[in-house]
Amino acid sequence: MFAYIIRRLLYAIPILIGVNLITFFLFFVVNSPGDVARAHLGEKYVTQDAIDNWVQEKGYHYPLMFNGEAEGLAKATDTIFFQKSLKLFTFDFGQADDGRNISSDVLTRMGPSLALAVPSFIIGIWVNICVALVVVMFRGTRLDKAAIALLVSLMSISGLFYIIGGQYIVATLWRLVPISGFEPGPMAWKFLILPIIIGVVSGIGLGARWYRTLFLESADQDFARTARAKGVSELGVLFRHVLPNALLPILTGIVVVIPSLFMGSLLMEAFFGIPGLGSYMLDAIRAQDFAIVRTMVFVGSVLYIIGLILTDISYTIADPRVRLN
Amino acid sequence: MDIDIFSVKPVILWTDIMIWLLVISASAFLLMLRQNPEARAQWRQVFSSRLGMVTFVIILSYIALALVDSLHFRKALPPVEGQNSSTVYYSNTVHSVLDLALGEMGELKERSYSAPLSLKSFTKENMIDASGEPYRDYPDLQHAGSHLNDPADYNTDLLLQSATGMGKGLIVGLILCTLLKMSTRRSTFPWGAAMATILVIAMVLGWLIHMGNLYHVLGTDRAGNDALYASIKGIRTGVLIGTLATLIMMPIAITLGIFAGYFRGWVDDVVQYLYTTLSSIPGILLIAAAILQFQVFIDLNPGYFEVGLEKADARFLGLCFILGITSWAGLCRLLRAETLKISQLPYVQAAHAFGVSHIRVISRHILPNVMHIILITFVLDFSGLILAEAVLSYIGVGVDSTMPSWGNMINLARSELSQDPVVWWNLIGAFFFMFTLVLSANLFSDLVNDAFNPKNRQERAV
Repeated sequence: MFAYIIRRLLYAIPILIGVNLITFFLFFVVNSPGDVARAHLGEKYVTQDAIDNWVQEKGYHYPLMFNGEAEGLAKATDTIFFQKSLKLFTFDFGQADDGRNISSDVLTRMGPSLALAVPSFIIGIWVNICVALVVVMFRGTRLDKAAIALLVSLMSISGLFYIIGGQYIVATLWRLVPISGFEPGPMAWKFLILPIIIGVVSGIGLGARWYRTLFLESADQDFARTARAKGVSELGVLFRHVLPNALLPILTGIVVVIPSLFMGSLLMEAFFGIPGLGSYMLDAIRAQDFAIVRTMVFVGSVLYIIGLILTDISYTIADPRVRLN
Repeated sequence: MDIDIFSVKPVILWTDIMIWLLVISASAFLLMLRQNPEARAQWRQVFSSRLGMVTFVIILSYIALALVDSLHFRKALPPVEGQNSSTVYYSNTVHSVLDLALGEMGELKERSYSAPLSLKSFTKENMIDASGEPYRDYPDLQHAGSHLNDPADYNTDLLLQSATGMGKGLIVGLILCTLLKMSTRRSTFPWGAAMATILVIAMVLGWLIHMGNLYHVLGTDRAGNDALYASIKGIRTGVLIGTLATLIMMPIAITLGIFAGYFRGWVDDVVQYLYTTLSSIPGILLIAAAILQFQVFIDLNPGYFEVGLEKADARFLGLCFILGITSWAGLCRLLRAETLKISQLPYVQAAHAFGVSHIRVISRHILPNVMHIILITFVLDFSGLILAEAVLSYIGVGVDSTMPSWGNMINLARSELSQDPVVWWNLIGAFFFMFTLVLSANLFSDLVNDAFNPKNRQERAV
């Protein structure tokens, strides 16, 4: 397995280079840094000097791929591609357009993001699986049909309405929790509980329906029938026999997103004023801070690839028959 | 809005062309499928359920509204005194055929908020009475209930006009139902359900359009625009994004997916590398980056666009494109796996043995056998894309802020629930129109998936 992981990690390198090339193309080839500067500084009443200044200050004044004026190795290193794109591989993220250090921003904002994303994720899966198993218990009855209709209706509501509606009812009408904000430390739960609940509720429709189809596949198979014949209760059959047998497809869906939990949730953090990476990205997008967006694209890709590798490893743990080679 | 047919200049947007092309090719595709007995049986299964009929009629009416809203034109301005009358100048606002059907609904602008069906503005203003004394009260709306002689008639008028509007809708609905009845006399499908849906939709639309010209049925937003009009105009954006985004990515996904599964070897490696790379970039960031860069390009090259709407349209097309790119990998992966399986089957091997060319094997033996995957993906993605549009517009990387869309409505109204007194009607408008479409699409796609997915068919057979 060790050799397998090493090989997968090596395979990740060309993918990350590809990601790098795509972002490089998007951010520097589609529009030259001068164009971006012009859009940033206002389109009409901006002098060439101001543009040059901005470009120089941010370090975008190098040629794109090849610097003919430089000497020796600097021909390749004094370029935008090397300075802005390749340096990401060393996790040297440089500075945002407003001059702040991106690496330290990412580190400080990771905490609040995780504090929101991890509980939402774990509780969400647990609730979805329980709902799905209960629905499967009533399979073939009217209750099953009604439950599916409810789940499809729930998944047809935009996530924005869950957030806006939940915030209105719980925070504005009932005044149970503060509307938005954040406080580090143990008192953070006050601010986190509502977004976590909304996150879980808004995911039930899609999640529980998906798990239901997975459980249905094994609910009437021979091993389940044998268990019932032995006198195991229906709940016991579902939790002890059906659930473990549906574990592989469940793992496929969830392990891959675990590393990406670091990235936080864009919408939740924005609506509830939580200073995590999600709102960091949203602010960067709204302020058109391309340096931050570029960094987060890279970080997101790295986390996704880690997620893919973790998924494969989790297979071997969940199912001893799976061998990685 | 009276209109002289000779004084308009058509405006042809790229997305207009594409949606009409899509409709034409989809009809051709369906006609082609009619010849395939298996596909006919599958469609029969979809439409033999009442739910399938009802949801299909609802989706069809949304698509019809979107199509009518995709015929754009500019009206000629009345000639100015002393100006050479041989040159005609055209207005800078672009209308669509749907605007004609909606009457004056889009032009009834108030100053600010007003509640649904209200006669008065939502906020108090300083006014001066007949004797010149200043006082503070809710001013009358300019365009709501202006046909009333006495405000006391309000309640009876509401009932009367509602009956008129629904009656008009009912007549149109009955005509449509009679036509349907005549053309489907001997068929066994649940046409009753379809007719009931048509009648309900016709009555609701008749009521909305009739009342929308007399009152603000869903109130007005902060800038005084009619919320019902904005919701109806949002239909085109929703339907187009749900269809065009998938359509744009389909040729790439189909070609690469089938090639990877068919030729294997280095082709497969390259395609797998491409989709792993693309899907490893967080979708929302890729979309944001692409749209922001595209917007910079649009802003720096205003020369390409004649009217503002064309800029918004270019951005919209860009959005469809990048949404297609981000969802491309899923379909490509499915097609690759299925092609790998099919190309091992005896009839493909036999075709090879007879010396049939690769192109012919792919088009005759492989493509028809993966059609169900393409169809299912198209239907399943539709509702997800509509929901995605709302989120992207909220973040600021969706459609242009001047373009009517449900996402933009929600974005404008997001803080209105925390106002006191609460303003809820803008959110309700967007919610109602969006929820109906997405729910119908989800239910319909489930039925299509059940009918076309071979895995489900085996389960039923057992």
